[in-house]
Amino acid sequence: MSIQRDDVQKIAELARLEIPAERVERVARELSAVLDYAASLGQLDLTGCEPTAFAPVLAPLRADALDGRRLTPEQALAQAPEGEGGFFLVPPIVENLNP
Amino acid sequence: MSAARDAWRLPATALAEAVRSGGLAVEAAVESGWAGPAAQWEADVRAVVHRDDSARAAGAAAARRLPAEAPLRGVPVLVKDNLCTTDFPTTCASRVLAGYRPPYDATVIRRLRAAGAVVVGKGNMDEFAMGSSTEFSCYGPTRNPFDLERVPGGSSGGPAAAVAYGLCPLALGSDTGGSVRQPAAFCGVFGLKPTYGRLSRYGLVAFGSSLDQVGIFARHAGDAAAAYAALAGPDPCDATTRLSPVPDVARWEHGVQGLRFGWPANLWREGVEREVVAGLEAAAAALERAGATRVPFDFLPGEYAVATYYLVATAEASSNLARFDGVRYGFRHEDSPDVRALYTRTRSQGFGPEVQRRILLGTYALSAGYYDAYYLTAQRARTRIRREYQAAFARCDLMMMPAAPTLAFRLGEKLEDPLAMYLSDIFTIGANLAGIPGLTVPMGLAAADGRPALPRAVQLLGPDDAEPVLLAAGRALEVRGEVARLEARHETEVAWPTKR
Amino acid sequence: MAYEAVIGLECHIQLNTRSKMFCGCPAEFGAAANSNVCPVCLGLPGALPVTNRAAVDAAVRLGLALGSAIRGESVFARKHYFYPDMPKNYQITQYDRPLCEGGALPVRLGETRRGFDLIRVHAEEDTGKSFHPERHGDRQVSRVDFNRAGVPLLELVTQPDFREPAECAAFLTTLRRLVRWLGISDGDMEKGQLRCDANVSIRPPGQPAFGTKTELKNLNSIKGVEKGLAAEIARQTRVVTGGGTIEQATLLYDADHDKLAIMRTKEHAHDYRYFPEPDLPLLRVDQAWVAAARADLPELPWDRAARFVARYGLPDYDAGLLCDQRELADYYEAVAARTDGKLASNWVMTEVLRVLKERGWSLADCSARVPAARLADLLERVLARALPGPLAKQVFAWMVDEPGDVDALLARHAVSVRSSDADLIPLVQAALDEHPGPVAQYLAGKTATLGFLVGQVMKKSGGQAVPQAVKELLEAELKKRASAG
Repeated sequence: MSIQRDDVQKIAELARLEIPAERVERVARELSAVLDYAASLGQLDLTGCEPTAFAPVLAPLRADALDGRRLTPEQALAQAPEGEGGFFLVPPIVENLNP
Repeated sequence: MSAARDAWRLPATALAEAVRSGGLAVEAAVESGWAGPAAQWEADVRAVVHRDDSARAAGAAAARRLPAEAPLRGVPVLVKDNLCTTDFPTTCASRVLAGYRPPYDATVIRRLRAAGAVVVGKGNMDEFAMGSSTEFSCYGPTRNPFDLERVPGGSSGGPAAAVAYGLCPLALGSDTGGSVRQPAAFCGVFGLKPTYGRLSRYGLVAFGSSLDQVGIFARHAGDAAAAYAALAGPDPCDATTRLSPVPDVARWEHGVQGLRFGWPANLWREGVEREVVAGLEAAAAALERAGATRVPFDFLPGEYAVATYYLVATAEASSNLARFDGVRYGFRHEDSPDVRALYTRTRSQGFGPEVQRRILLGTYALSAGYYDAYYLTAQRARTRIRREYQAAFARCDLMMMPAAPTLAFRLGEKLEDPLAMYLSDIFTIGANLAGIPGLTVPMGLAAADGRPALPRAVQLLGPDDAEPVLLAAGRALEVRGEVARLEARHETEVAWPTKR
Repeated sequence: MAYEAVIGLECHIQLNTRSKMFCGCPAEFGAAANSNVCPVCLGLPGALPVTNRAAVDAAVRLGLALGSAIRGESVFARKHYFYPDMPKNYQITQYDRPLCEGGALPVRLGETRRGFDLIRVHAEEDTGKSFHPERHGDRQVSRVDFNRAGVPLLELVTQPDFREPAECAAFLTTLRRLVRWLGISDGDMEKGQLRCDANVSIRPPGQPAFGTKTELKNLNSIKGVEKGLAAEIARQTRVVTGGGTIEQATLLYDADHDKLAIMRTKEHAHDYRYFPEPDLPLLRVDQAWVAAARADLPELPWDRAARFVARYGLPDYDAGLLCDQRELADYYEAVAARTDGKLASNWVMTEVLRVLKERGWSLADCSARVPAARLADLLERVLARALPGPLAKQVFAWMVDEPGDVDALLARHAVSVRSSDADLIPLVQAALDEHPGPVAQYLAGKTATLGFLVGQVMKKSGGQAVPQAVKELLEAELKKRASAG
């Protein structure tokens, strides 16, 4: 198996997901099946193949101007689970450090 | 027959013509599909997840105020639930976006409305477009109108099924790995995935950004062409749209005389259902009848594309779905002592199991120590796959292959085996990796003992910007290669499902 | 045992573009919460970024000024971490193919000048702002504002070339001057327009390998950088001399209390999962763009200061001070072009800067009232000994508030200038007659008494005489008396 139980816990934490203990084994198995399948790429000759990460075009650039997409604070907050006085509200941020 | 009552049977272009000539009111054009086929089918098929009669009426009223020249004026269109609309919720069939109403329309929606089309509701889908059966929806599955025990395909199963049963002549979906072409095949309608960058992605909720493309469902090749012409073109809000002139799909009427179509028969030597192969043979014969030439060659097996895709698409998805955190919109887990718990609880309860599986897979493929082995290798394989297509298109104008290895499968059949589900995209994924256009063309029904007749279809692939060629070939197949009928617009049979 | 500190800086420069990095929202500071937001910078589902050309151009300009190599094709990447002020929970930045690589910033350190080498300069988007938890009914909440989210930043990363906190302070002062000089940022650290994080480690002198480094954050003034680094170097030195080992960590510096707080250690290190941003294809900055940016680049402050030294004979220090602001250097040079460069420098550095400071004016406020030509006119009078220094300063003060040329101002304030010999000779005679003692001393060879005599004449003139002229007249008269005597 490509992925062990510990790996599942680690990546779940990175992805902010919580996998119930009784499902970890199964998730590890399912992910491993896909990754083992992906190992078939090892048989493909990739000599001279640079990675393709995005569309083979150049990015058009935007003029430094304002546009009409701006929202009012009311629109911005209209879909928020909780907002007040123009701010979004969230439970307390305890990791008070922005990396 | 009453024109208004049977308007739903008309191709989109004919419907628009009837509205333009004054013979049909916009409202009647829009409502015909709801009054007739939807009343008959929707309760069983469940293609529509957001229906709002007053929003639909407002859309029709807006279309009525447009100039008569608007090319799709009065044409009802069901839109996949991952395209942002201001008048209907946009939830991606996910609990995490429950009730979400975007403050803006996607660019393709704006263009659709500008062309006079009316958004009539939102179509069901696999959650965040992750799936091949429309079973992974928080609203429950959509069923195939040709056999309610079977899936409509996915992820754009709702729009595909709605076009198939007659709610509307056109629908929009999205295609990241086949999510338009595969359900089109299962439901017996045309399904166009344009060249990457031809249709704006602004307002399409992202799954795999480098693969996603808005796609078009239609009952007729001509309608797909008309919709493409109305929607395609550069968008200053999407840096990945192509800036070169949009290919002229009016060329689709010119036929296929002299076209060479690739015939990579090694791909279906095994693992492909007999009826699917029979559809291919029928299509090839029809194209030959219309003056095209078959060019047999072997092509790279689809397994590599599947392997590549499930690393690239999940990596991008893990990133694109990071924004669903319960802070600015959508679902929030209400009982979180701190913000970290808010994230974990909101996301664990908001996302379904398949979405979580793919987020985990993508997170793993990008994480320290595995990036080179998985993500980077996949991106290099992607280059190789694109080159394979380029080499093939040096020998032919388009390629024919199945849209899916099977006809529509049964509900629940692949639910417990993710890999088996992923392999149902084996013929469609390559086009997304290569960025090339693809078109599913319905080839009638395949009858069999012990089950209802099911749609069968073929897939046509072309090089970048080959949409006119694909649509021309699609049109030739629509008339089964009868050259004399190519010019006769609107007069082709549609395989309608029958109620039993 | 003395340890050597090894410091590298990571600076963030907030650009002063009109719109944000990837959308058309205003990049301004100080608007009502969540009023400068749109689907893109709010991270709404389906929204896509499009790069602001002006932000890329600012990066190119800074890169050229620093002598960096400008990449013809660079790549934006996504950097992932979850934080409430990050709308997408990833930041669009650059990673393995940044826009600018290498280069150096020349910094004056006392009498010497040294280039500090850079690793890279790249463009990225800023985050929003979240606030400390506060009471809300029966629970605690944090507020979040996304106005700042998506404002363009340049990140500049140095080599670990610094050994002293003072070097870092000088570097930041020079960097701030440069970004203002180029007009790409206001560079105000207190407003967060220039931010600095530092990587610090210590090692015994002579040891080539680096020690374990810590990251110091929250350094929001140049003084804070210096003090924070000193505190951290002292802490590390205490740990090591006490037999301990340094652990990888992030520290916050509290400038008000001169305290360090350890925030995070290695076991919680982030895995940012960088990958190329698929929504933004390759960023191409072609040769024509670079050439145009180069042609448009102003003469750089250090080059200009060197030219001031060579051309106007200014001391290094004065030239550096005049090149602190581009407007000041421009003003100085416009004055110097019309009169003596050294005199112009003295006047600009003392009188002009004094007015700016006293009145809280910008240079533009002052030059609107006293344009370079008007000041040069005044200085020409001084040079021609037609105005005594103190009076010239008075005239300058009038100039700031009143219109009119020098003569008109003198007339308006009823001041006559005793600058002709005919005016002054009676005063000189009187002074010599009244002070025979000092005269005798002078004639006996004690020439230092001349200063006293000059002072007497100046007093008699009511300050309206030009000292140099008085001195010369005194010398001539004394010479006469000597030969007569």
